[in-house]
Amino acid sequence: MDKASTSKSGVHARRPLSPHLQVYRPQLTSVLSIVHRMTGVFLASAAAMLCCWLLTAAAGPDYYAWSMWFLTSWVGYALLVIWSFCLFYHLCNGIRHLFWDIGIGFSLRATYASGALMLGAALGLTGVSWAVGLAVYFSG
Amino acid sequence: MRETQIQTPLARVRGLGSAKQGTEHWWMQRLTAILMVPLGLWVVAELWLLAMRGADHAALVDWLQGPVAATLLILFSGAMFFHLKLGLQVVIEDYVHHKPKKWALLIGLSLGCLIAGVACVYSVIAIALKG
Ligand code: HEM
Ligand code: HEM
Repeated sequence: MDKASTSKSGVHARRPLSPHLQVYRPQLTSVLSIVHRMTGVFLASAAAMLCCWLLTAAAGPDYYAWSMWFLTSWVGYALLVIWSFCLFYHLCNGIRHLFWDIGIGFSLRATYASGALMLGAALGLTGVSWAVGLAVYFSG
Repeated sequence: MRETQIQTPLARVRGLGSAKQGTEHWWMQRLTAILMVPLGLWVVAELWLLAMRGADHAALVDWLQGPVAATLLILFSGAMFFHLKLGLQVVIEDYVHHKPKKWALLIGLSLGCLIAGVACVYSVIAIALKG
């Protein structure tokens, strides 16, 4: 018997163990949950970019050109695509969190349904904004 | 425990948890989230429209002229960096257990978000007022 599950008095406390990630089967719900955290952390870089963009804009057109040089580079566009998806995902899943906070949607069926709906919405919003944007851009 | 207890059980346990607080943190994370639902959609839409106009300096200045756009962008920046500070704080507390490293990160996070938030507010005002 391992130490962690035995109290000082030697009595075996039958506490549940936290899941070992190596053997824990991924489910839609747990994957969506950890991705909320990952998108939140990654959006920190988007926040930093927004700050730099505004600062250079305030400093004048010459400095603003630096920001635009980076944002319209290959890396910049790739980041913009990823940032937009992360924001849409985190926003949609954030709304899901807010509904849970007022006690709505806790059943297993509801969490799966709202999860699938949220994921579809996030992918759809990202796809539509880039597709329409590119279409408008290339049509003149 | 034979002495008469005049404290309710709730009063006795209040504040005894390891963190001592938390409601305020949770509440501010929700408030900033609620604020950012409409503001976030608005910012994305405005940035999208700006990109469609080439996103040059003149177009940005044009967008931020006038009180409404500037006020909303300042609100968004403030809410975002507050929300980011609260959110990353929890992530650091969850994963960084080496105390000196944890405190260094938490201090850096607080100051970084404060500085970046102030920088955004200043920039928006500067752009709105002088272009
Ligand atoms: C693959 C498995 C899991 C992963 C990746 C995971 C990850 C996370 C993450 C990132 C959070 C914070 C973000 C959020 O609230 O969505 C969280 C919160 C939490 N998790 Fe898990 N978790 C897993 C399994 C579990 C299990 C099996 C339990 C319970 C036995 C559990 C109990 C909790 C609780 C109580 C919270 C706090 C919820 C809150 O603050 O609202 N987790 N988890
Ligand atoms: C746009 C609207 C947004 C909404 C509705 C929203 C909503 C939320 C909610 C409800 C939580 C709490 C999740 C939990 O309890 O586990 C959260 C956590 C978090 N948010 Fe946001 N958020 C938004 C935007 C942002 C932005 C722009 C950033 C980054 C700059 C961000 C970074 C974070 C981080 C780092 C966390 C902590 C993640 C965790 O503990 O797992 N959020 N968000």
